[in-house]
Amino acid sequence: MSILNEKEAQAILKKVLGYSKADECQAVLSGAREGNVRFARSTVSTSGGFDSTTLVVQSSFGKKTSTATINEFDDASLEKVVRRSEDLAKLAPDNPEYVEFLGAQKYEQPKSWFESTAKLDPVARAKAAGASILPCREKKLVAAGFLEDRAGFTAIANSRGLQGFHRSTTANFSVTVRTADDKGSGYGVADVNDFAQLDTARISQVAIDKALRSVETKALEPGKYTVILEPAASVDLLSILVSSMNARQADEGRSFLSKAGGATRVGEKLMDERVHIYSDHLDPRVPAAPWAQDGRPRRKVDWIKGGVVTNVAYSRFWGRKKNIENEGHAPLGGGFGGGGGGGAGRAVAAFEGTPGFIMAGGTDSLETLVKGVKRGILVTRMWYIRPVDPQTLLFTGLTRDGTFYVEDGKIQYAIKNFRFNESPVIMLNNIEALGKPERANGSMVPPLVIRDFTFSSLSDAV
Amino acid sequence: MDLSRRRFLQTSTLAAGSLFIPVWGRSLASAAEATVIPAALKKKLADAALNAATKKKATYVDVRIGRYLNQFLITRENRVENMVNTESYGAGIRVIADGCWGFMSTDGLTPESIAKAAEAAVAIAKANAKLQDEPVKLAPQKGVGEVSWKTPIVRNAFDVPIKDKIDLLMEVNAAAMKNGASFINSFLFQVNEQKYFASTDGSYIDQDIHRLWPNFFVTGVDPKSGKFQTRAALSTPVGMGWEYLMPKAEDKRGGLVTRYTKSYDMIEDATAAAKQVKEKMEAKSVEAGQYDLVLDPSHMWLTIHESVGHPLELDRVLGYEANFAGTSFATVDKMKSGTFKYGSPEVTLFADKTQVGSLGAVGYDDEGVPCKRWNLVKDGILVDYQKTRDQAHIVGQTASDGCSYADNWSSVQFQRMPNVSLAPGKKPLTVEEMIQGVEKGIYIVGSGSFSIDQQRYNFQFGGQLFYEIKDGKITGMLRDVAYQSNTQEFWNSCVAICDERDYALGGSFFDGKGQPGQVSAVSHGSATTRFNKVNVINTARKLG
Repeated sequence: MSILNEKEAQAILKKVLGYSKADECQAVLSGAREGNVRFARSTVSTSGGFDSTTLVVQSSFGKKTSTATINEFDDASLEKVVRRSEDLAKLAPDNPEYVEFLGAQKYEQPKSWFESTAKLDPVARAKAAGASILPCREKKLVAAGFLEDRAGFTAIANSRGLQGFHRSTTANFSVTVRTADDKGSGYGVADVNDFAQLDTARISQVAIDKALRSVETKALEPGKYTVILEPAASVDLLSILVSSMNARQADEGRSFLSKAGGATRVGEKLMDERVHIYSDHLDPRVPAAPWAQDGRPRRKVDWIKGGVVTNVAYSRFWGRKKNIENEGHAPLGGGFGGGGGGGAGRAVAAFEGTPGFIMAGGTDSLETLVKGVKRGILVTRMWYIRPVDPQTLLFTGLTRDGTFYVEDGKIQYAIKNFRFNESPVIMLNNIEALGKPERANGSMVPPLVIRDFTFSSLSDAV
Repeated sequence: MDLSRRRFLQTSTLAAGSLFIPVWGRSLASAAEATVIPAALKKKLADAALNAATKKKATYVDVRIGRYLNQFLITRENRVENMVNTESYGAGIRVIADGCWGFMSTDGLTPESIAKAAEAAVAIAKANAKLQDEPVKLAPQKGVGEVSWKTPIVRNAFDVPIKDKIDLLMEVNAAAMKNGASFINSFLFQVNEQKYFASTDGSYIDQDIHRLWPNFFVTGVDPKSGKFQTRAALSTPVGMGWEYLMPKAEDKRGGLVTRYTKSYDMIEDATAAAKQVKEKMEAKSVEAGQYDLVLDPSHMWLTIHESVGHPLELDRVLGYEANFAGTSFATVDKMKSGTFKYGSPEVTLFADKTQVGSLGAVGYDDEGVPCKRWNLVKDGILVDYQKTRDQAHIVGQTASDGCSYADNWSSVQFQRMPNVSLAPGKKPLTVEEMIQGVEKGIYIVGSGSFSIDQQRYNFQFGGQLFYEIKDGKITGMLRDVAYQSNTQEFWNSCVAICDERDYALGGSFFDGKGQPGQVSAVSHGSATTRFNKVNVINTARKLG
């Protein structure tokens, strides 16, 4: 059944709530139609489609609560999932932190549905993949890439009168181009809501150019360097920073925002004053769902402004306990089961349109930023980023698919990849320049020039 | 919390087996069991797909009809944060048409909708065939007829009443808090994959797969200094039932840190973790430099996973993962040379999808290939890879190794890592004896931070507990430790492996790979192992 309209979705949710015998019941119905093409060795490797609808039901008796999911929608199945969530809730001990469901809310809808994406078919996908593969074949380069599109909806309703409906489309494309001798590698990537805006040939050309430029590499000594981070390179570290801005962890003393004496760094200037990171689900560049997973309406939120930690994310319980207005701002990321639910796979309720962040920048292009760098390293992509020390938000990872040495404002030559050990907090204290933000992985990120970025060892990987 | 009752139930289960009656509430299993789909119905659905795709000129078709049950219990300190049950039912149809793969999945489980999905898979294959320059070539696989396989569990964890599971986690949390923890988050993940596979080769395979993972994180906070430390559980995810959580004395390894093999005492481990997290706060910050490392199996599994398991996936080696997970330094010419020294002569690394209790153990893979054990590195020399049916011919072989897996009916199957393990040392050697021989070293227990480059050369690993070794003796705990090395250099610095008495499995429940991303569960066994002169860095930093 995949894509339902608001009326159809709410009709199912009404039926679900009708089966409920719990004190409170909330149901979320989501569905998606996804398609993809994956290619490697300059030929299509796998491609396919995915069509699924999932219902998540949460039932509560007093402070006892539980969740069950199902993807069958006949009346018997709907009743079964309600009963299952109720049975489980009755077995649950009281949760002293239980917060009753929200009542009716007003949600502001972004424009995030584009027919150009929703109507994509296998032939159109193959054509888009071909625009990447064929130029590589002509140049005897090896292309590996992935094109994925998704059209989906989420509907929410509960026994307190809350109702919402949202739908969105997204498409993303990435390609890694390698030279036939395995000595050079380049990367190109983009993500959009409107497939008409996705130019796979242009993105592939970026990857081709980088692959060809990186065949001959020199090895620089590990150490501290000025880096020019492309948006695709820094977006993951910055996302980690934003998703780590959790009020409760800071209050509990187990966050980079905790400090001696049991206090927190919220309200303190921790970074360069040019750092402004916010979220806005209505921004047409990165439209996202109008509510968080717990039903709280999204609003525009400044997380870091003027380098000061301005807001941190609250669960409803913690926001209420700390007397924060409207129980505080919900976190940007999804909660448990909202992707990365592990063994549950993709068929567990995917939440449509979790918002990214927006980092303000300047007006300079990446090329202009490079011109202003005396000595530095241009980084295309960062890889395998993992936490090392939560106390300082220290992360490790590596550069890949296009790392170049810059001197006197010009790319001089390709260099061997580095492993880094760096904290995004320290990184954002060491800003030299910010360029014009570009969309990267659902967020808006400016190209950044950062001094004293810590590379701790060399990697032989191409 | 009802401590005495939980113990009573465990004991009575051990003693009386099937006489066990859940006296409190309805267990999830009563709902889950009722929804097991009869094999005859699955065969009918599968045949609908096989016939529909064949009619549209597919030259090969396989169908996976899957019902996936998960239960996640999430607690902290004295309360349950969430209990989540998930159930997912659907089918994935994979075809070869015009020499190209096509895949379509559907949650519509009627002969009509599954046939429609099969036709859509053929249409996708045909659309992409125009870009295809290497037609898919499958290694032959004889049909196995109608067969079934089940994880050899003693007790289905889904049959254990929820209250008993919650009681256990509450007792675990209480033990940690009583022993000085500031916080504890504990989890219980349970997975049941009911998978039916059918193919045009004539296989109809019904499998019932069970996995379990108890885990926790204990945190110690010193509000005065604003510092904190954590210690994760030394449990491992397993391909077992509830019996893993019924500790047996013979599965416990003593010494400086209590470690576990085939069963796990979660309460005892949480108690130890609370004490160790306090020790970690006081521990000496490591001095960067070269050290000999003595690595416990609870740590080794992740190093094996990243530096052996992934680089020897043939799809990576061939470039199929180049855009995401990356490629591999262990190229085909190195394997074919028969002389590539992956490690020292002490090192034999084997793949095995039959190890009892492991996460990767199944009867047949997701292409209907029976599972087996084989060597990847023998006496230090690279000898083989992990393969699926469409890869074998590329390295001149004629059979798949049975390494195909999809994490859900909605995901397309592809090459996934089997259990990859380090063979224990042949000469008798205990951990204590190994430590006695180390002049300047670090003994590492538990897995921590991990990162490796896209061709699997340069890696960096942390851990949970670090102990300084000086002149053959443990002198105290260290913190801020991570080691960096190069895969080939590292495995060639392996000088000793404890014997099989110390062998234990570790593993990952959520190993990620592919586009779209999929998870898989995989185990890695080893005994405690020594590596000489490895580069250790200090990870401490200061903010503001």
